[in-house]
Amino acid sequence: MINKKVNTVQEALQGVQDGMTIMLGGFGLCGIPENAIAELVIKETKELTCISNNAGVDDFGLGLLLQKRQIKKMISSYVGENAEFERQMLSGELDVELTPQGTLAEKCRAAQAGIPAFFTPAGYGTEVAEGKEVREFNGKMHIMELAYKADFAIVKAWKGDAAGNLIFKGTARNFNACMAGAAKITVAEVEELLPVGSLDPNEIHIPGIMVQRIFQGKTFEKRIEQRTVRQKQ
Amino acid sequence: MLGKEEIAKRIAKEVKDGYYVNLGIGIPTLVANYVRTDIAVEFQSENGVLGMGPFPFEGEEDADIINAGKQTITTLAGASFFDSALSFGMIRSQKVDLTILGAMEVAENGDIANWKIPGKMVKGMGGAMDLVASAENIIVAMMHVNKKGESKILKKCSLPLTGVGCVKKVVTELAVLEVTPKGFKLLERAPGVTVEHIIASTEATLIIEGNIPEMVID
Repeated sequence: MINKKVNTVQEALQGVQDGMTIMLGGFGLCGIPENAIAELVIKETKELTCISNNAGVDDFGLGLLLQKRQIKKMISSYVGENAEFERQMLSGELDVELTPQGTLAEKCRAAQAGIPAFFTPAGYGTEVAEGKEVREFNGKMHIMELAYKADFAIVKAWKGDAAGNLIFKGTARNFNACMAGAAKITVAEVEELLPVGSLDPNEIHIPGIMVQRIFQGKTFEKRIEQRTVRQKQ
Repeated sequence: MLGKEEIAKRIAKEVKDGYYVNLGIGIPTLVANYVRTDIAVEFQSENGVLGMGPFPFEGEEDADIINAGKQTITTLAGASFFDSALSFGMIRSQKVDLTILGAMEVAENGDIANWKIPGKMVKGMGGAMDLVASAENIIVAMMHVNKKGESKILKKCSLPLTGVGCVKKVVTELAVLEVTPKGFKLLERAPGVTVEHIIASTEATLIIEGNIPEMVID
C-alpha cells in the first residue's frame, strides 16, 4: 500500500502558493472541502484562480476567500447565491470566466483522463463560443474546449482510506469525482478516514492513484443552502 | 390568465410515460407536483441524481442530498447518484427526453436567453447552455410580458443568448406556443384570454389558424 495519509490540513495543503490555480469540488455548499477552505483563509494565500462550479455564499464556502480578496479569478457556471461575488464582478475587481456546467465538468474530466481538448455543442452561437474553434459533427455545430490545467485539486469525500481510495455520499459526489486526479496534486478531505482494507474495492468511486494526500477533516458544518421540507399529514 | 402553479399544471400534461425529465429552477420545479401518478417518469437533476422524490419531512433533511436548486430532496426507489461529468454525459447524449426551463426571452427562431442582463445581473448559465444545446425536446415556462407589459416573446432576442434554435414549445400565463419555421404558432389560449390579447402581448410573428382552443388545466 502506498500511503497517502497526512495528519493535518496544514500538511495536506503544503505547497499551495500565491497565484496558483486550484480546483475545488462541490455543488453549491454540498460536498465542499470546508476544512481546506478554512485553512486557505488562515494561510492567506492570494491571487488564486479557483475552478469551482459555484462561489459559495457570502459567509461560507469560497465566499470566505472572496471576502478576504484572496481570489483573483473565478471559473464557475453559476454564482447567483453570492452578493459579494456579484459586487466584485460587476465592479471589475474579480476576473470571472463563466462556463456552462457540463463543459466545466468535462474540462475537469478531460484533465483527469489525459485528454487535451474536446468538442461540445454547449454554448455554440453564444458569447461562450467567442474565439473558440467551431466544427460541425453529424450536422451539428460544436465548439472546442480545452482541459483545465490546475496546480491543486481539493476534493471532499465521505469515506476514504490511507491508500487514497474515495467513496462519496449522495449528490456530494458532483464535481469532486471529476476533479480527483485532474490537477498536479489532488488533496482529499474526508469525513471518515478508515484503515486500509475496510473499504470494499467494489464500492470505491475514485481509486487512490488519483489522490496524492488524504486527511480527515476536523469538523463538518455541512450547511444547507435551501432547506425545503414538507409537512407530515 | 394563468398563475405559476397553473403554468406548471399545463406543462405537466407534456410529460409522457417512460420519460426522463430535467426540470429547471422556478416554475419548472413545480411541474413535478402535477405529473400524472399512473405513468412512469424519472426526474433528473444535473448535480447528479436520477429518481428525485418529494421534499423530505422536517427533521429528515440531508445536506448531502440536494437538487440543482440547492434544495433538500429525497430519492425514490430505483434512484441513483452520479458525478457531474456523467450527469451532463446523459444530457449531451440525449438520454433525457424532456427539458423544462425558464427564460427571460425567447425568439421565433427558437433562440433562448436566460442567463445574463449585461451590466445588471450575471448569475451564470449553470447547466442551461448544455441542456438547450443537446435536448431534443425543450419546453420553456415563462411570463409572456415583463413588468412594464413589454413582450418577452420576440422576433429576435435582445439579451445574450443561452442557445440558438432550440426551443420547441413555450407555455406562458397567456398561451401555449409552438416554434415553427414560420414563427410562433398559437396552439392554445389561457382560460378567459382572447386571441386579441395574445396578439397585443406578442412582438414575434404569430401564426393563428382557425379557432384557438382554451387550455385544459388539471
